[in-house]
Amino acid sequence: MSEPAVIAEGLVRRFGAFTAVDHLSFEIPRGRIFGFLGPNGSGKSTTIRMLCGLLLPTEGDARVCGASVRCEPERVRGQIGYMSQQFSLYPDLTVSENLEFYGGVYGITGPRLGRRQDELLDRLELGRERGRLAAELSTGVRQRLALACALIHEPPVLFLDEPTSGVDPGARRRFFELIQDLSAQGVTTLVTTHVMDEAEHCNRLLLIHRGRRVAEGSPAAVKALVPGRLMQVRAEPAMRAADVLEAAPEVLEVSLFGTALHVRLREDIPEPDAFVRTRLLAAGLEVGQIEAARPTLEHAFLALAADSEAEAPS
Amino acid sequence: MRLQALIRKEFRQFRRDRRMVVMAVMAPIIQLTLLGYAADLDVQDLPVAVCDDDRSAESARLVAEIAHAGYFVVSAEATRSADLVALLDRGEAQLALHIPYGFQSRLRAGEATVQLLVDASDANTAGIGAGYLNGLIAEHGARVLARRVRSAPAERSGPEIDLRTRVLYNPTLESVYYMVPGVLGLVLLVITTNLTSLSVVKEREAGTLEQVMVTPLRPWELMLGKLVPFALVATADMATVMAVILLWFRVPMQGSYALLFAALFLFLLTCLGTGLLVSTVSRTQQQAQMTTFFIMLPSMLLSGFMYPIHNMPEWLQLTTYAIPLRYFLTVIRSVMLKGSGVGELWPELAALLAFAVLLVAAGAASFRKRLQ
Ligand SMILES: Nc1ncnc2c1ncn2[C@@H]1O[C@H](COP(=O)(O)OP(=O)(O)OP(=O)(O)O)[C@@H](O)[C@H]1O
Ligand SMILES: [Mg+2]
Repeated sequence: MSEPAVIAEGLVRRFGAFTAVDHLSFEIPRGRIFGFLGPNGSGKSTTIRMLCGLLLPTEGDARVCGASVRCEPERVRGQIGYMSQQFSLYPDLTVSENLEFYGGVYGITGPRLGRRQDELLDRLELGRERGRLAAELSTGVRQRLALACALIHEPPVLFLDEPTSGVDPGARRRFFELIQDLSAQGVTTLVTTHVMDEAEHCNRLLLIHRGRRVAEGSPAAVKALVPGRLMQVRAEPAMRAADVLEAAPEVLEVSLFGTALHVRLREDIPEPDAFVRTRLLAAGLEVGQIEAARPTLEHAFLALAADSEAEAPS
Repeated sequence: MRLQALIRKEFRQFRRDRRMVVMAVMAPIIQLTLLGYAADLDVQDLPVAVCDDDRSAESARLVAEIAHAGYFVVSAEATRSADLVALLDRGEAQLALHIPYGFQSRLRAGEATVQLLVDASDANTAGIGAGYLNGLIAEHGARVLARRVRSAPAERSGPEIDLRTRVLYNPTLESVYYMVPGVLGLVLLVITTNLTSLSVVKEREAGTLEQVMVTPLRPWELMLGKLVPFALVATADMATVMAVILLWFRVPMQGSYALLFAALFLFLLTCLGTGLLVSTVSRTQQQAQMTTFFIMLPSMLLSGFMYPIHNMPEWLQLTTYAIPLRYFLTVIRSVMLKGSGVGELWPELAALLAFAVLLVAAGAASFRKRLQ
């Protein structure tokens, strides 16, 4: 039980001269939910495909349940469930036929297959849809079916690549509750997402940008990494206010947050409220309430990716 | 067993894909009907107009023979050869024969000429009739100057072209026996290559190929999962076509069934290999179908299925050696019609075996490579 379920050691993947994944190392302890964040094209799917044994690492290796993805990908395959970014189902098979097929492919047959199928149909609320063709299903149902197919052989490790894209908020919440149930039963999950609410549910986060690690830690720890001080500012007109503040060198970042602005200031400004107010009044704007705000994961995501962008040699 | 799950899934998908089912059911029916139509063209009572300018004993004998041959009725006798075309135009005759003055004396001197006009708007019947008439006249020692009239341009590019040519080359109609077994080869090629490539490409499009790749299935299992179902579909088609050939067309089976099945099996393998290759170079189902079509076209034209190879220009004849269907057709025709055995057919069988091994190996290799 001591060895982590997934250990990545210096994973690199190049496509020609382009480096999609650049020396990534991380560990996922058993039974944990590991959130994998990063902007589009940052290399999340590529990393997952290497962990599944679909893509050979250019350099480095990873161990999944003790098996090396480079040397023994077949051993890895029996241990994992994989949900690809596009919910790959057979559109011309019904819900239960899809399940039956994936079960058969994992060597589950006969009464055991029937039991497992009923269990999953029940647990993922697919019972009423069992006779429908996958092509006819709504996105939310297709997502649950894809998860059911990935779970049919009770894998100890799950790789979920943007499992909630295109799914409504209620379904997202239920989906994450399911993942948490599985985690409680000891299933290790690596999940990628662009939704920061979901990231909050993870035990640990890894934020990457251009294939490189930008930050890692619990959601709280990642938020604490956001440099500077965050202020929530109400001013009219908001767009002008944003322009004015962005021009100041002491301001690291300005973003719109509902009708208010979120302003991130350098740490060394002694009285941030006063600083912001003076600036805005000087520009002839109407200034309302100004208060300190807590950084969210979204701030962390944007700030850390932007910092990494600034550092990146291009 | 894991392979069983793959095969069952493949059959389910096949059943629900109308295009695939139509292909598997219609390809044999269409091809057999097309050729059956040609086979069924036992011309009877074809109206022939005659203009006998010679009015000799020999010319009278020729006309009488035509009238009694069982295929023709002399529907009109023209006094001027210029009227013949009008008779054809009015549809009162489909063929018109002009026996010129001096026919008898020239015939006795060794060579005579008659002119045959053919209404080619019904190319098949006319062509076959003309072929018969040609034969009859040739027996008389007369050379025929054939001319076609009213051959509309649309027909020239139509599907009858092969039949017309065939008739010209095989006026005795033995070619029905010769042609029909070829359907086995063509159906096998169409069905197997198309279905195999379509089903692989379909999975790639849906992303399920990648999904299946993370299961413990081995590449060879995946490949067999694609090949076995369509080999079975093709076999069912084969059995049907074979039954129709033997029972309906009554093509005599002179040789050994074992040899026939061996040839079928080898050719099936070449088609499966081709299907896999097509699937690895095609991104979409349309591309797969286009590619298959471009493979089928030369197979149909250059294998001897439609045109006898020995009538092709020499450089074209050389290209036919690259076409597996060519060897299969030779084997199947020789086995069925002549009762040939391995002794005579080993070069063709060896070529088929080589193509089978080569194409399956190439297909498997590129399939594997595409998976990685
Ligand atoms: N097979 C490939 N050949 C060439 N380049 C590739 C290939 N696969 C991925 N890439 C490139 O690698 C980079 C990382 O892609 P990847 O799909 O891993 O990103 P991602 O983080 O999953 O993005 P998204 O959030 O959009 O899913 C992209 O720039 C992509 O274009
Ligand atoms: Mg991705």
